[in-house]
Amino acid sequence: MLWSLLARDLTLAARQGGGVGTAVGFFLTVLVLLPIGIGPDQFTLQRLAPGILWITLLLSVLLSADRIFQQDYEDGSLEIMTMASLPLELVVLAKTLAHWLSTSLPLAIAAPFLGVLLNLKTQTIWPLLVAMMLGSVALSLIAGIGASLTLDLRRGGLLISILVLPLYVPVLVFGISASTGTPDIIAPSLLILSAIALASLVLAPLAAAAALRAYLK
Amino acid sequence: MRITAENLSCERGGRLVFSNLNFTVSDGEFLQFTGPNGAGKSSLLRLLANLSEPSAGHLKLEIGKADLALAQQAHYIAHTDASKSALTVAENLKFWSGFLGGGDISPALAAVNLGALADYPVALLSAGQKRRVGLARLALISRKVWLLDEPGVGLDAASQRLLVNLMRNHLKADGIIIAATHVALGLRPDKNLALGGKP
Repeated sequence: MLWSLLARDLTLAARQGGGVGTAVGFFLTVLVLLPIGIGPDQFTLQRLAPGILWITLLLSVLLSADRIFQQDYEDGSLEIMTMASLPLELVVLAKTLAHWLSTSLPLAIAAPFLGVLLNLKTQTIWPLLVAMMLGSVALSLIAGIGASLTLDLRRGGLLISILVLPLYVPVLVFGISASTGTPDIIAPSLLILSAIALASLVLAPLAAAAALRAYLK
Repeated sequence: MRITAENLSCERGGRLVFSNLNFTVSDGEFLQFTGPNGAGKSSLLRLLANLSEPSAGHLKLEIGKADLALAQQAHYIAHTDASKSALTVAENLKFWSGFLGGGDISPALAAVNLGALADYPVALLSAGQKRRVGLARLALISRKVWLLDEPGVGLDAASQRLLVNLMRNHLKADGIIIAATHVALGLRPDKNLALGGKP
C-alpha cells in the first residue's frame, strides 16, 4: 500500500517535473547570482559558501513544498486515501518521503559540488554532503507540516515559509556546525542533526495528518 | 449490513443544510437522494463517507464487519475523479488497486469499457472518459457500500448502461448503493429520499 503510493508520487515527480525543476532552477540561479552580487573576493566567498548553500537549500525545499498535498487534495485522491484502512499518518509519511527522494535529496547531493561556484573549500565538501543529506530528511518532513496547514490556500507558498522557517532554524544551526566546525564539533553536531531528522520522522507525520484531517472535515 | 441514520442534521458554514433526516438501508438496497441544487445531497454523502461530522444525530452501522468503519467498507465517487492526468489510465488504476488492496485491473477496465485507452495519459481523455476512470474503482476493488455523487454526469448513453449494469450486479451481490442524483439513472431505487432545498 505504502509502496504503491511512494512509487506513484515518484513517477509523477519524474513525469511532471514542475516542482523539482523549479527547485533546482532556483538553487542554480541563486548560486550563480550570489558571487556577482557579493563581488569577486574569493576569500569572502569561501567564508560565506557553506551558509549560503544551506540557506539556498532550505529555500529551494520550501519552494516545492506546496505541491506535496495540493494536487491530491484538488483531484479528490486525498479524500479517498483517508477512507483506506491505512492510517493517514503513513500516507503523509509516504508522500513526504517521495518529496525527499525526488527534491530534497538530489539537491542535498548536488549542493556541495555546486559549491565550487562559491569557491567552497574542497575539504568541506564531504562534511557538507553528509550533513545536508541528513538535514534534508528533516527539511522535507517539516515542509510537509507547512504544506498540510496551507492545503486550501492558493499560492500558500509564502505562508508555508513563515510557518516553517522557524522550525528550520535548528537544522540550519547544527547543519552549519556539522559542515564547517572543527573535528570535535562535527561529530556531536552530526548526532544532533540525526536526532532532529529522527524526531521529525516520528512527529511531522502526526502533525501533518492532524492538519489534513482538520481540513477535510 | 444495515446503515441507520437517526435525526441527522448537517451544518455547513453556519447554514443548516438539512435537519432531522432518518433512513435505513440494508443489504441489496439502492437508496437514492434527490433534490434541487444545494439541498445537501453531497453533504449527506460526505457525512456517510466520514469526510465530515453531523451537527446533530448519528449514523449507526449494524451487522457489518464491526471492526471496520463505514468509510473503510465504502467506495466514494465524488465530483472529482481522483485520477492523475500525467499517468495513464492503467497506471492510475494500478495505483488504486495497490493502495486500496484490489486485484488485476483488466476486468475493471473492461467493466467501464476503457480497455482500448488503457495506455493513454488521462490528460488526453474526454470528460466522460475521465469519469469512467473514476468509476472503474467500483469494479476494481470490492467494497460493500457504494456512495455515488451524481455518478452519471458526463456519461453517454452506452456508458450509462455500463454504470447501471455495474450497479445492478452490485445489488444482486447484496451490496448497498447510496446515490445522489437529480437525473434518472435508469435503475429503480428501492428507497427515495427527497431533500428539500432552502434558498
